[in-house]
Amino acid sequence: MGSSKLLPVDHLRKVEGWGGAVSSFGYVYSPKSTEELLEVIAIARKHDRKITIRGAGRSYGDAATGAENIILDTSGMNTVLSWNLEKGVITVECGVTIEQLWKHCIEDGWWPPVVPGTMYPTVGGCIGMNIHGKNNFKVGPFGDHVVSFTMVLVSGEIINVSRESDAELFHAVIGGFGMFGIVVSITLQMKKVYSGLLRVQAWTTTDLHALFDLYKEQIPKSDYLVGWVDCLSSGKKLGRSIVHQANYFAEGEDPTPTATLRIDRQSLPEKILGVFPKSLVWMLLLPFMNNVGMKFINWLRIVASKLPLLGKPQYEQSHAEFAFLLDYVPGWKKAYGDGGLIQYQSFIPKEHAEKVFASQIEMCQRAGIPPYLGVFKQHKPDAFLFTHAVDGFSLALDFKVTDANRGNLWKLCSEMNDLVLKHNGRFYFAKDATLRPSDFQAFLGDDVIQKFKSLKEKYDPSGLLQTDLSQRLMRL
Amino acid sequence: MSKKWKHAIIVGASGGIGEAIVYELAKQGISVGIIARRGDELQRVAANAGAISNQSKFLPFVHDVTHYSEVPALLQEITKQLGGLDLIIYNSGIMPLVGKTEYNFETDKSILNTNILGAFAWLNEAAMRFQNARSGTIVGISSIAGERGRKGMPAYMTSKAALSTYLESLRNRLAQYGVKVVTIKPGVIDTNMSKDSPNKLWLMSPEKAAKEIVAAAAKGSVVKYVPFQWRFVSMVLHLLPSFIFRRLNF
Repeated sequence: MGSSKLLPVDHLRKVEGWGGAVSSFGYVYSPKSTEELLEVIAIARKHDRKITIRGAGRSYGDAATGAENIILDTSGMNTVLSWNLEKGVITVECGVTIEQLWKHCIEDGWWPPVVPGTMYPTVGGCIGMNIHGKNNFKVGPFGDHVVSFTMVLVSGEIINVSRESDAELFHAVIGGFGMFGIVVSITLQMKKVYSGLLRVQAWTTTDLHALFDLYKEQIPKSDYLVGWVDCLSSGKKLGRSIVHQANYFAEGEDPTPTATLRIDRQSLPEKILGVFPKSLVWMLLLPFMNNVGMKFINWLRIVASKLPLLGKPQYEQSHAEFAFLLDYVPGWKKAYGDGGLIQYQSFIPKEHAEKVFASQIEMCQRAGIPPYLGVFKQHKPDAFLFTHAVDGFSLALDFKVTDANRGNLWKLCSEMNDLVLKHNGRFYFAKDATLRPSDFQAFLGDDVIQKFKSLKEKYDPSGLLQTDLSQRLMRL
Repeated sequence: MSKKWKHAIIVGASGGIGEAIVYELAKQGISVGIIARRGDELQRVAANAGAISNQSKFLPFVHDVTHYSEVPALLQEITKQLGGLDLIIYNSGIMPLVGKTEYNFETDKSILNTNILGAFAWLNEAAMRFQNARSGTIVGISSIAGERGRKGMPAYMTSKAALSTYLESLRNRLAQYGVKVVTIKPGVIDTNMSKDSPNKLWLMSPEKAAKEIVAAAAKGSVVKYVPFQWRFVSMVLHLLPSFIFRRLNF
């Protein structure tokens, strides 16, 4: 315990999951290069500390927090290394954000093939969590579009990995929540687009069953499809929803592609409904962030969707406007208050999904903790070791967390976990804050966990890479 | 399960109020680093706390608070083992009985070493950590004895007055970082320290005191008198002019 073992306290920070409901303290280091990153590994070894890799910190729960660990903040490694605009292949450092990525490519007619609901995660984070988009049913997860990546191992060795060079490691690192090494650069295949616009169509459904029916009908005709679910309505209106579909323009359909592909055409509106500065909108939400208020907001949303002028069943929208719904209201999570929020997302095989989601919504309502946001998507299976996808559907539920409801909310999530597991469902680490080790074991199965352990032993035998999530689920 | 506190350190926890605070925190599922000189007593307190909550960690660390240079490394080691730090309570204190005509420099120095310099060593270190983390609660167990300079035990009263002022200063420094600093001013608590004291006014059990102290800390109180009646005594004491105060025989 000599002073040489002391970590400088000025690196100490409270590090939160994006939802703000879980946090821990860590010593944050922000390397700007691979050389500096190697120095951070040396510091961790010298001080006998674990390392937690963190990008933009957009995982809702504890996937990028590490209690008393070195927090390796990779957001400063954010250079676009190369861009081949003929082939649409880009190589970026891990800290490049989705925003940087699409802004770099769109004017050349390319768009990231998979994006989350916000443009602020880093590409490294997207790899670690193997994120999905509103087109998962069609194009798979982010990892399906990765050509190769470069990874720094905790030994200091630097390796290049592709499907061809090492398929097992490729499929474990992508979605492997930063457990095997630090991915420092990524080569991605972008998607060719012939317009900066998408054709968007909206429907309102009367209940959950109608939502599933609509999906069945529209999925074959959709490039993107996403449903907003009113989780406060019950009885015959349980699961009523608004669904948005978006489709690309074919080559030649947009008469002015150069204009629509301009970055300034993609920008999100500065004002909501043309009136409120969007930076202030979260304050307007404050009085409604309770069960009664949200019931009213949801009702208003459904009513508005049916009005001819506001509802706009068919319209054109830029890629950014359609993709990044979570960025419309900056700081919206502040409306959830000091306790923050958690998101609970489960993925259920198609044959059970409707029944399970209806039960989940009812369970939440019975517990008096209804989700204030519900988002519905369709998925398809993929080949990644820690895949969260199924041949089925997911429902993501946002819960307000307070000191008063925290215990009951975690209990509710555990009960929903039991239901999900009973129907062979899966979970997603980017969203998780409540899984128990037994849930983790049950959803992944012994073979996957054994494979994980043998890869961990090979690439990080001293267990240097840890997060609060890995500690919670695996006690690594 | 509360977001508020998950990890705490109690300095001076092998008996009395400190021990009772450990048990109070254990009831709330908080993991605690327990610090005192007496290793056997620490083990006993840790075991008792473990019996209250098997979900939390209770880590005993033998340490003499006058070994100031050990503090930075020890604090970092404890926080590493605990997994964080949200609350620190400095409870170490000595109150040797001093005769009415006694002036013993070594005794007075030992009082200040433990009651004040030990607090500086621990709470400065915690303050730096909390300031960077922009979060945390610091609690100092001062005393009603520090309100004015009475005839008995000048050094002890000085130490408690100094501790109260130090805590106020910390509070004013750290408020902008969201860090709470709480001054606790107990009256007479039924512990070893007070067993030889003739004054038993409003005697309170350590358990009840601990409950009030933890509640005040959770609330982020500025100054908490335990029990609350001492607040009124304090107000009166401050109003008394010196020529009357010096005639009081306590």
